[in-house]
Amino acid sequence: MTKLDDAVLLEKEDRAGPWRAALSSQIAGPLAALVLAIVIFSATTDSFLNPGNLSLIAQQSVVVGTLALGQTLVILTAGIDLSNGAIMVLASVVIGNLATDGNVLGALLAGLATCLVLGLLNGVLVSQFSLPPFIVTLGVLSVLTAAARLYTDSQSYPITSEFLTALNEGPAFGGVTITYGVMLWIGLTAILGYALTQTAWGVRVYAVGDNPRAAALTGIKVKRVLLSVYLTAAVVYAFAAWQALGRTPTADPSGYATANLDSITAVVIGGTSLFGGRGGVVGTLIGALIVTVLANGLTQAGIDSLYQQVGTGVLVVIAVAVDHFVRTRQTR
Amino acid sequence: MKVNRVAAAALAAGIFLTATACGSDDSGSSSGSSGNSDVTIGIVELNLSNPFFGTLQKATEAAATAKGWKTMKAEAKVPGDSATQVTAIENMIANKVKAIVLDPANPTALNPVVKKARDQGILVITVNATLTPIEGADATFATDNTEAGKLIGQWAKASAPANPRIAMLDFDLSDGPAGGRHNGFLEGYGIKDGDPSIAGAALTKGTIETGQSAMENLLSAHPDINVVYTINEPVARGANTALKNKGINNATVVSVDGACSGVQDVKDGIIGATAMQFPSKMGELAVDAIAKYLADGTKPTAGLNDSGTTLITDKPVDGLESQTSEWGLQNCWGEK
Amino acid sequence: MTQFVLQARGLTKHYGHVVAMDNCDFDLRAGEILAVIGDNGAGKSTLIKALTGAVIPDSGEIMVNGEPVHFRSPLDARKAGIETVYQELGVAPALDITQNLYLGREQRRKGLLGTVFRKLDKSAMRQGSARQMADLGIRVQSIRQKVDTLSGGQRQAVAVARVAAWATSVVIMDEPTAALGVRETNQVLQLIERVRENGLPVVLISHNMPNVWQVADRIHIHRLGRRIAVVEPDSTTMEEAVAVMTGAKQPEALA
Repeated sequence: MTKLDDAVLLEKEDRAGPWRAALSSQIAGPLAALVLAIVIFSATTDSFLNPGNLSLIAQQSVVVGTLALGQTLVILTAGIDLSNGAIMVLASVVIGNLATDGNVLGALLAGLATCLVLGLLNGVLVSQFSLPPFIVTLGVLSVLTAAARLYTDSQSYPITSEFLTALNEGPAFGGVTITYGVMLWIGLTAILGYALTQTAWGVRVYAVGDNPRAAALTGIKVKRVLLSVYLTAAVVYAFAAWQALGRTPTADPSGYATANLDSITAVVIGGTSLFGGRGGVVGTLIGALIVTVLANGLTQAGIDSLYQQVGTGVLVVIAVAVDHFVRTRQTR
Repeated sequence: MKVNRVAAAALAAGIFLTATACGSDDSGSSSGSSGNSDVTIGIVELNLSNPFFGTLQKATEAAATAKGWKTMKAEAKVPGDSATQVTAIENMIANKVKAIVLDPANPTALNPVVKKARDQGILVITVNATLTPIEGADATFATDNTEAGKLIGQWAKASAPANPRIAMLDFDLSDGPAGGRHNGFLEGYGIKDGDPSIAGAALTKGTIETGQSAMENLLSAHPDINVVYTINEPVARGANTALKNKGINNATVVSVDGACSGVQDVKDGIIGATAMQFPSKMGELAVDAIAKYLADGTKPTAGLNDSGTTLITDKPVDGLESQTSEWGLQNCWGEK
Repeated sequence: MTQFVLQARGLTKHYGHVVAMDNCDFDLRAGEILAVIGDNGAGKSTLIKALTGAVIPDSGEIMVNGEPVHFRSPLDARKAGIETVYQELGVAPALDITQNLYLGREQRRKGLLGTVFRKLDKSAMRQGSARQMADLGIRVQSIRQKVDTLSGGQRQAVAVARVAAWATSVVIMDEPTAALGVRETNQVLQLIERVRENGLPVVLISHNMPNVWQVADRIHIHRLGRRIAVVEPDSTTMEEAVAVMTGAKQPEALA
């Protein structure tokens, strides 16, 4: 009986520190890096720290940032999605092409359907046939890159519909526009963050990525969880396609060729483990912002853009090293 | 279950191979008419995701087919992918092609394999880009990119406001054409790297979205930018979106390429002037040179043979020859 | 009259010409720890798989609390209240203790939050797992600790706690201490006794004879696909049991 009291007492003490819990989590590192980068660029350039530029950084982050949200889900299951940029590009040219007839809503739905079909393909190959996600999505990437080119004959479609570019608009606060695209990105992060941390589905996604065998032994239907992850990611990619049309009002089959790797970079810098089971979407949002801040700040400071790649690479290595340390730690 | 897994693996491997195999397919043409049906030439292009290279490949192939030749085609998968090109040329040597039209992904990486081909008596002509040294190939048909840059630099100088603030939206400057255009622009404008009138430079990947981000970043630091040099027309289009979002409508934007969409942008006032290249002409000139060599053994003139550059603008300036966007739309390449 | 929680009669299983179970019987009484010992290849694991629904016997009968059951999958066995701890650590190290205890059986909030927004009732689950850990006398710093911060023994304790929390009739442990050191093994053995004290009978499969003699109430000796003897640790020595298990001694020779 005394032991029961002990445990309950500990539980009460624990309740006192939700902040401590949040800060000790994987978000702390990326957040510190983001703040540090902002402080450095604010100190070294005149133009970095102004509301207009900060709003711009958010806008520049949305497309890869949204893709990275879907990528986070896949990576949490110890998978990887090399095809996400290509899925988004194919969806955006499908939307751009169909929208030339004027049926904008239909075009957008066709884009969503495109993403879902491809998410289903990835998901079935990975979950039902137990094929490695790296190989599956590499194959799909290759096919889709060609498909987008064949579908468009390598031409790009200018987007004129205000509905399709609406995500680039938004209310202005004191001359600073917060676009609907940025709001959508933050909203999607919040929804996915909720699903991952507050629902049984989320716990199971983590469990499947962490130890699929243990998850299966507890009765979790691992294949179904995996499939649901690839389908959810596909919906997120459809939003990314809409974001892309808003940001650059052109559906361009040769654009975003490195968005898959950029999204993985954002996920890793955001503290999610490539080995699955650890991390989250809030970290990914911060990770995407860090990459954009580096590009934006270094350009304004007049430093050769190649150093952006150096900086990003160093952060990736640090993030992976930290993850390795966390995974292999043995207390006591 | 096991069967399923094997079937799926085969399926996945299948789609993957199909997707990459298109890099080296034989596409024979049996419509030979002039008795040259046993002539096969190789066409090695850069990544076809860029319509410029697609146009160049199609023009070369069409010219070869018209002569009754067969073609073997291959292409780099991504910019700078010389490894795929090396493999393709090795295959072409093995298949005993008579000549190779090569658009090199890298100025030096292909030298050994090109030498091997030439040692076998295969005529190698580079198009669009050159090897280093340029004598590595039998001849080169390409745009003189420095000349193209010079044209838009001169035009920008004559059209720019009195207090120019220049943005340079570059592509990786180790790339031959990109470096040539950059230096040509500065030369035509009459300035050097580091001149105070250059507000800033940023690297793009030659695409719309990277052009837009680079322009936005430069504008954040330098809202007074009023002259924009762009490596190509997609970057110019992205830069235009950034300028428009910032409420800047009077900046002078110059570019290089002459794609139909780019010429249309000149017509619409998005781009002030662009230097048009002629990829189709490069391919046709290369095929003509091969025909001559096969007929009587005459090799083409070694070194760079300029396939020509024409300034396209609707605001001509004195002392600088140019054509209108109307003319440009009649003569543009790709993206019709 | 002794009450039997889990029984089997005449279980037989063939894999081609190999007989994995040969007319095998099994009896587990209420409130006891029954150890199952047998040489490698004696067919222990086939028996356990049949009892947990992972193998469907060719013939024979299984009864839970006297009622005949027909397990077609592990889920059926689980529904009948039989839970299993496996040799390899069946926990997710990146999740915390509560998440592991409730994995696959998460509780949702009541009302709209639960039905529409699928929100988890984290505080109820934390209280539940704190109570479960306390009931079994497992000491950890916090219920929110991630499992990868625990020692190997503590991790196995979490796996046992999980199983004990959900089992309503039987807990089966398949070599639960095989991967552990001496001290941690003792912790897990105490835990097994604690599970019995809390009212659940335990089937313990183990190669470690001292462990078996330390905690078991009765010992089921398995040989050549069948039960050849049931002995009590008080009246039979380890040496005798091992002799029977390996065929060096006939079971009839036992007291």
